[in-house]
Amino acid sequence: MARIGVFICHCGENISATVDCAKVANTIAKINGVAYSTDYKYMCSDPGQTLIKDAIREKHLTGVVVAACSPRMHEPTFRKAVAEAGLNSFLCEMANLREHVSWVHEKAESTTQKAIDIVRTLVEKVKKNQPLDPIKVPVTKRAVVIGGGVAGIQAALDIANCGHEVVMIEREPSIGGHMSQLSETFPTLDCSQCILTPRMVEVAQHPNITLYTYAEVIGLEGFIGNFKVKVRKKSKSLDEDLCTGCGLCTTKCPVKKIPSEFEQGLGFRPAIYVPFPQAVPNKPVIDRINCTYYTKGKCRVCEKVCPTKAIRFDQEDEIVDIEAGALVLATGFNILKTNFFPEYGYGKYKDVIDGLQFERLASASGPTLGEIRRPSDGKVPEKIVFVACAGSRDPAKGIEYCSKICCMYTAKHAMLYKHKVHNGEAYVFYMDIRAGGKNYEEFVRRAIAEDDAKYVRGRVSTIYERDGKLIVKGADTLLNGRPVEIEADMVVLATAGIANHGAEELAQTLHVSYDAYKFFAEAHPKLKPVETNTAGIFLAGACQAPKDIPESVAAASGAAVKVAALFSNDELTRDPLVAVVNRFGPPLFSTCVGCFMCQPVCPYQAIEKEEIKDRAGNVFKVLAKVNPGLCQGCGTCVALCRSKSIDIYGYTNQQVYQEVVALLNE
Amino acid sequence: MKLGYYPGCSLKGGSREYKESVVAVCRKFDIHLVEVPDWNCCGATAAHNMNKELSLALPARILAQAESAGLDEIVVPCAACYNRLKVTQHEMAHQPELAEKVKAILGMEYKGSTSILNIIQLIEKYILPNLDDHYYRPFNYKAACYYGCLLVRPHSILQFDRAEDPQTMDEAIRKIGGTPVDWEFKVECCGAGMSVSRTDLVAKLTGKVVENALYRKAEVIIVACPMCHSNLDMRRPDVNKYLGVETTIPVLYITQAIGLAVGIDEKTLGLQRHFVPVHLPERNEIVDMPAELVTTQGKEE
Amino acid sequence: MSSVQHQVQKKGSLMEEILDSREISVQKCYQCGKCSAGCPVAEDMDYPPSVIMRMVQTEDKAMEEAALRSMTIWLCVTCETCAARCPMEIDIPGVMDYLRQRSYEKGMANPKANHIISFHKAFLDSIDYTGRLYELGLIVDYKMRSFQLQQDVDLAPGMIARGKLGFFPELIKGRKNMTDIFRKTLHKKGGLK
Ligand code: SF4
Ligand code: SF4
Repeated sequence: MARIGVFICHCGENISATVDCAKVANTIAKINGVAYSTDYKYMCSDPGQTLIKDAIREKHLTGVVVAACSPRMHEPTFRKAVAEAGLNSFLCEMANLREHVSWVHEKAESTTQKAIDIVRTLVEKVKKNQPLDPIKVPVTKRAVVIGGGVAGIQAALDIANCGHEVVMIEREPSIGGHMSQLSETFPTLDCSQCILTPRMVEVAQHPNITLYTYAEVIGLEGFIGNFKVKVRKKSKSLDEDLCTGCGLCTTKCPVKKIPSEFEQGLGFRPAIYVPFPQAVPNKPVIDRINCTYYTKGKCRVCEKVCPTKAIRFDQEDEIVDIEAGALVLATGFNILKTNFFPEYGYGKYKDVIDGLQFERLASASGPTLGEIRRPSDGKVPEKIVFVACAGSRDPAKGIEYCSKICCMYTAKHAMLYKHKVHNGEAYVFYMDIRAGGKNYEEFVRRAIAEDDAKYVRGRVSTIYERDGKLIVKGADTLLNGRPVEIEADMVVLATAGIANHGAEELAQTLHVSYDAYKFFAEAHPKLKPVETNTAGIFLAGACQAPKDIPESVAAASGAAVKVAALFSNDELTRDPLVAVVNRFGPPLFSTCVGCFMCQPVCPYQAIEKEEIKDRAGNVFKVLAKVNPGLCQGCGTCVALCRSKSIDIYGYTNQQVYQEVVALLNE
Repeated sequence: MKLGYYPGCSLKGGSREYKESVVAVCRKFDIHLVEVPDWNCCGATAAHNMNKELSLALPARILAQAESAGLDEIVVPCAACYNRLKVTQHEMAHQPELAEKVKAILGMEYKGSTSILNIIQLIEKYILPNLDDHYYRPFNYKAACYYGCLLVRPHSILQFDRAEDPQTMDEAIRKIGGTPVDWEFKVECCGAGMSVSRTDLVAKLTGKVVENALYRKAEVIIVACPMCHSNLDMRRPDVNKYLGVETTIPVLYITQAIGLAVGIDEKTLGLQRHFVPVHLPERNEIVDMPAELVTTQGKEE
Repeated sequence: MSSVQHQVQKKGSLMEEILDSREISVQKCYQCGKCSAGCPVAEDMDYPPSVIMRMVQTEDKAMEEAALRSMTIWLCVTCETCAARCPMEIDIPGVMDYLRQRSYEKGMANPKANHIISFHKAFLDSIDYTGRLYELGLIVDYKMRSFQLQQDVDLAPGMIARGKLGFFPELIKGRKNMTDIFRKTLHKKGGLK
């Protein structure tokens, strides 16, 4: 005979303000099989939990229903408490009286009645609950970090320094990401390359880190602790072991005028190239789209000049599978290009550039060796207009969010310009200055007060060219919207930060959710900022939303800790709420007819074929079987099975049936 | 081919040459224009400055008249009328309550199914594909194609061409052998509705347009709107006063330019009706001509 | 602008009316000023468009009145430049339309806008009577109303010589229909909200 204990929580006033909790407890107490029923202000608190534990021991309960908030919030809490009192934790169920009742209804008789009905169904369900044991799976203690920008580098080093193996996968020929393109960093103005390069080298030399550059993730199988990551290592047309990185080939390549990705189109590179001098690895790749040999079948100059004979024209892409226990996504972001803006000339004015291009102009290693010269004619601009919020906070352009980093880097740009061109004038058109961060506001104030950056509050309506100048038409909203027209030599648009190209495809490959802007979605905006909804896959840096360097690094370390915590166990336990195809044996009988309708519908490829053999070892039928390691308990197969041979532990057909009957029986 | 046609008041009055050139070009390309029967004025700026419902009811009556005459596709050469008709159709389709109100005011049946073409769309759809058959001589001039406001905005409703820097008129000019200049004021406002009541404003706004066209070395300004035309042409003395120089750059309707290219004589196209005299230099040689037109030209001669 | 003694009205503010009748949310304006920056007539306005938006946003009686009495609403040429570029996709010319209509109905139109209003009225009357625009009639009518007797007289001979000015109005058959439309809209008693 069942002896169920029911515990109604007030959730402070969250529930009790609209639900008569005492009445619920009293009504439930009268149900057959309920041995104990009570209400309490905070069931999740220590005394609350003690109340439950004591009741289990004293009343010899066989099942527990806690009627409180969402099970997403506190199911683990109560199941743990129940286990501590000696009851199997899966004999505890939660009724959600907060989200499902008190928060969505007014105080009323019927509200309390709804609460009673919900608790009643759970009481009937729990009577049919079976004790279950968690599933244990082994953990592969190797992490894959996708993306080799500052976030990926930080995550990889942190994990590797905990003693775990890391495989870093970078799409470009070198790691370093956007940070390697930056000149100086706010708010301290230290040189970006100087602080990043040592860490890039550390990645390359770390005994625990394997680096695949020019490589992309193309597939993912498995689950937390047991992933199989499929990677395409694009052919570099190079034997990396032989190459010494002397760079002779890159100087001799006859194709020289390819706009350099690293220089944001402001400089050129050859077809066989190393993206920048401090690249890691410092070995070239052949860009086959632009190489004369691949396009026209002739040339092979690099092959001829290479002293170690390392060029391999016939090298093919290589596919590798990596077993890993966890993944860190650190694929970064991108920015809108100037051609996105009709009102600013659709990208046709050479001297209207974006923020990253300005970084290259200001960088000592950039195409102008750190001198601010405008792209059209190489003149030093006497007047620069910086336009903040170019595309950001602009629903008309499809981007509602604030890109977060532009206020700061625009102030930095104005400052760098004024430091380099002393009599230059810097105008900044802005809407708000968002400088929340350590020493950030002070930095912006310095740009305005000490370096005389002229801030004008208003958006720029249009830009056009006239006599070699760019006419910028804005307004000063602090002077009653007065139109302001500035003749500038150069305009820098702080264009919106957007999801990196390929982000959506990657998210789909990895089964990671993403938001409307194709940034990867965290599991909880506050409490699980580096987790994704897919267990074992973590987020670091700007692939989640625009972030500056300190934030990206912090998130990366956060993700690394999550990985390290996962790897601190040899085995993982999972809730056993998985599907099973019934078996009555021995010998193995089942109502499964082997139609395998369930197989294609399973989103996790968890349904396998099991051969049933007779005593002589001959196969006499093939039945469906669910791999408990892969099954996520979604129940799709259950709904589909014609012969009703599949059940989900914790939500069996019988349990659900009891719940429905309880509702109908009122 | 038959095509519905809403001339609007300007084409019947102050902008006769626009009508004349539209009709002449269409005749050349075997397009038979059928006027919307008993059409009324669209209300233009005045109506929607003064009264919302009126500004919808007037265009709605025109569309209803077109529907009752069985015209599924009409061309509206006047950019202002085109704009009013399109916006009305859009608002009636998207605001059912308002639509009911307007229909009640109208007292006629209205479905909103008419497809409305502006002149450039007509050219793109029915003229340019058959240009080779009638091509006579290149319109070999540097042209500033002026779109103004009403053809392109609001972009979300008209969905015509790309915002800020439209190209279809430029493309048409290129096809008839002209060289469109890349200029900054192609979608700026000329002052339109203030033409009579605030001539000073018009002189300023139109002046900036003329100035930029000249700065970009245009020899002719091409328009597709009677209001733009009258401000650029008839108001030129005021414009010149504002600019402080005597500008003489002529202003042609796009249909006049095409008319010249297909060999329609100037009189039929109404060039003599302009205030700023149209003295385009004879220039039959082919300079800067796109390759495909060079061959066309060869075939003709 | 005098100091704003916010006398915010709970109900019936212009902002609310505009939202209800035109489905335009002035509240969305975050005062970026892009409209004022691109407006071709902003320099001639007493309040550039973004300021008008702000005045309406305050829901303050004095501010609303100032907006309704402003010259801005009559100078707006409905070029739609502002709406095309407004990041919040606000139909600013639609707001101007509404304010104009209200200002006229309430008799609050700026006296300096008389010419402009006379012209609009002369224009609409011409259509009301004939169904189509009768340009000569319009000009004569406008001159009578606005007392701008001398303006543009030098243009008329040129227009006539070029065959651009018809001497007789074109009358459409559906004139009764037109009069009906006017009676139910512009000439409706008490005006339209
Ligand atoms: S552009 Fe739009 S959001 Fe900006 S001030 Fe004008 S109305 Fe407001
Ligand atoms: S529509 Fe009116 S307010 Fe807007 S830009 Fe044009 S003139 Fe200015």
